[in-house]
Amino acid sequence: MKYLCLIYDEERTLAAMSQAETGQFMGEYMNFTKDIKANGHWLAGHALKPVSSATTVRLRAGKLTTTDGPFAETKEQLGGFYLIEARDLNDAIQIAARIPSARIGCIEVRPIQEFS
Amino acid sequence: MTSDPARPLRDTIEAVYRSESRRVLATLIRLLGDFELAEEGLHEAFAAALDAWRTGLPENPRAWLVSTGRFKAIDVLRRRARFDASIASMALEYEAAQADPCDGRDESVADDPLRLIFTCCHPALPADAQVALTLREVCGLTTEEIARAFLVGPPTVAQRIVRAKAKIREAGIPYEVPAAAELHERLETVLRVVYLVFNEGYAASSGRDLTRAELSDEAIRLGRLLCDLLPDPEVQGLLALMLLTESRRHARTTALGEIVLLEQQDRSLWDRALIAQGLHLVERALSQGHVGAYALQAAIAAVHAEARDAASTDWSQIVALYDVLLSCAPSPVIELNRAAALAMRDGPAAGVALIDGIFERGELAEYGPAHVARAELLRRLGRVAEARIAFRRALDLSRLEPERRFLAHRLQTLGEDPPAH
Repeated sequence: MKYLCLIYDEERTLAAMSQAETGQFMGEYMNFTKDIKANGHWLAGHALKPVSSATTVRLRAGKLTTTDGPFAETKEQLGGFYLIEARDLNDAIQIAARIPSARIGCIEVRPIQEFS
Repeated sequence: MTSDPARPLRDTIEAVYRSESRRVLATLIRLLGDFELAEEGLHEAFAAALDAWRTGLPENPRAWLVSTGRFKAIDVLRRRARFDASIASMALEYEAAQADPCDGRDESVADDPLRLIFTCCHPALPADAQVALTLREVCGLTTEEIARAFLVGPPTVAQRIVRAKAKIREAGIPYEVPAAAELHERLETVLRVVYLVFNEGYAASSGRDLTRAELSDEAIRLGRLLCDLLPDPEVQGLLALMLLTESRRHARTTALGEIVLLEQQDRSLWDRALIAQGLHLVERALSQGHVGAYALQAAIAAVHAEARDAASTDWSQIVALYDVLLSCAPSPVIELNRAAALAMRDGPAAGVALIDGIFERGELAEYGPAHVARAELLRRLGRVAEARIAFRRALDLSRLEPERRFLAHRLQTLGEDPPAH
């Protein structure tokens, strides 16, 4: 089964990390990505630029509205994602738990909807 | 009343249903991979038994029911396949699968009830759905019975169960006993559900009756099942705690349903058989190296159970056990219970000081039992005005009628004290 792992962190917490801490955090991410690629779980994955770079688009009655920022202000912000292949939810949970941000933020694990 | 020749067979089948239906269901869910389909298969199998068992019971009724249930479920799929082509391939798949699921896979079948419990108590399901699903699938309670037990409407319970099954399907929650590495954590959720059911049955949170014995019985049954299937000290600890608590049921209320406090209970009404079982389990739970919260709570209950009367209670040992419990499972409620025990050892003033400390931290302000405990200690200290305020607060927070009567009576007693001069 395919699952999308949405990575949520408090950007403020990440920004407050020292250079050494950030370096270590990034290193953990690289190791994790390498690991799940080797195990055949990795389908896709990317880090995202901060929410300050986000733009929200809505089209209503033919009128386009663009606003600065994410669709909603939240305590934790979407910072990246992995699309993974896993045997079932328990398998996906074990993988998501190893994403470095699981320790300081949280990971939303969502099954992909397949259309036949 | 006319005699019904089919009666003895129906009685037999009802007896088989009571003893086997849950295990049959657990196996059918594994074989068919679907709760609803398994339930239909189970229902059809028992209906078929009414006919097929007229000439006598099969040698292995459970295996017969599983086999029949599986075939009936495949029939159901085939009928639906006429309207939905994608189901046809599912039906073929099930047919092709192993012909005799009960032979040579005893280990697998034995684990089916455990698979079912862990699936119903999966942390990815909302807490109230875990409880409803467990009571429905593992205990076999009807939606109406569950609704009555938790004082919500049957449609609410039905909706929780439907959504839970949908989540299991959509998110891919597997039907399995967790791997060894995750077992301890996952067991925590299962034990929490079982304890919640027990507590709901033992000290209902609102309503007319103080206890709902049937729920506690179900929880204990679940506890015994888990103990048989999983030799884990916390499972033993929880079962011990439930048995020791349950042993006091008949002493806990008067014939009219009024509350009797522990220190006033007639200990000759305590169930000694349950106590013996509980004590034996506590010993086992405490002797396996890792001591957990349930085992410690059971140990505290054991100290009470072993006391010949209230005055002989070893409060020092109870306080010591609470000290250990607090270090492994810190919580304001446990602090409160420790304060009550400490008051018995060191006097009411010491207990009041501890409870005041908890309130000052901003905790347990809305927790009725905290105000009751404080009120009782203030009463013993002769601080009547303060006791009255505390009892009144407890009364405001209580939704349980026997408890409200008890608190109102306490207030009355205090009000009748002659005014100070």
